[in-house]
Amino acid sequence: MKLDQMQLKRIVHAIASTHPHEIGCDDCFEQLDTFAELVLVGKSAAEALPLVHDHLLRCHDCREEFEALLEALRTLA
Amino acid sequence: MHDYTNAEWLAALRGADPDAALHRLRAHLVRGLRQALIQKYDVTEADVEDFAQEALVKILNALSSFRGESRFTTWAQKIAVRTALTELRRRRWRDVNLHDLMPSVEHEDDILGMLAPPTALSPEQHTAQNQARALLQHLIANKLTERQRLAMSAVMGGGMSLEEVARRMDTNRNALYKLLHDARLRLKIALIERGFTFQELLSIFEQE
Repeated sequence: MKLDQMQLKRIVHAIASTHPHEIGCDDCFEQLDTFAELVLVGKSAAEALPLVHDHLLRCHDCREEFEALLEALRTLA
Repeated sequence: MHDYTNAEWLAALRGADPDAALHRLRAHLVRGLRQALIQKYDVTEADVEDFAQEALVKILNALSSFRGESRFTTWAQKIAVRTALTELRRRRWRDVNLHDLMPSVEHEDDILGMLAPPTALSPEQHTAQNQARALLQHLIANKLTERQRLAMSAVMGGGMSLEEVARRMDTNRNALYKLLHDARLRLKIALIERGFTFQELLSIFEQE
């Protein structure tokens, strides 16, 4: 498999944006319900839970779960 | 129908006769999962029902961990979504092994050796890109552990699910995220020590 320019740029971005203090998937999952509810009511979830927000920018699996949860909650609102 | 409060949900599910609450919760999970999954993923109605049922077991086992910081149904839906997506990822990546995603070049560390040849670049731009690429390659080969290189190749190069890579590496998703975080941190420190700015690096790879 070949990496194209875009993928290489993403790797460089990923390295550049790395913080010493990042939460892992477990901590993100624990707060995901709270984060999702903040988003749904239009509050600034990124300000309230910045480490969750940051993790979701980096972690495809967690972001996928967050988006699915939002979709589920919008239906049930 | 009256919406249960969090306390009512917990009391009903822990009570002597939880059937009504289970039935109601199950229906709630199914509605949410159906909306979240049916159009975007290759799932059937039967899959949705199965995911909801599996999630119910996990929810009941995890009741004591509910902290009341969100609605109970949101917390439960979160567990249902994870249950469903875990299975869907397993299906999606079922026939892929990690080494399918490794670069097919001479050195197994050559993640960046997978770079497609640049087109229409000036000689100066070629040189800059090759130098930047060589530096990154050198750092990846020398600053990271073998496990970090493997994980980086699979997740960042191959786009594989973190969870599925973790499964194949006999670890868990959380530990793998931390492994990759450490890898990124090592590379960042190494680049800074060499006086590189990221804007420089990014601008090099902006060129096509």
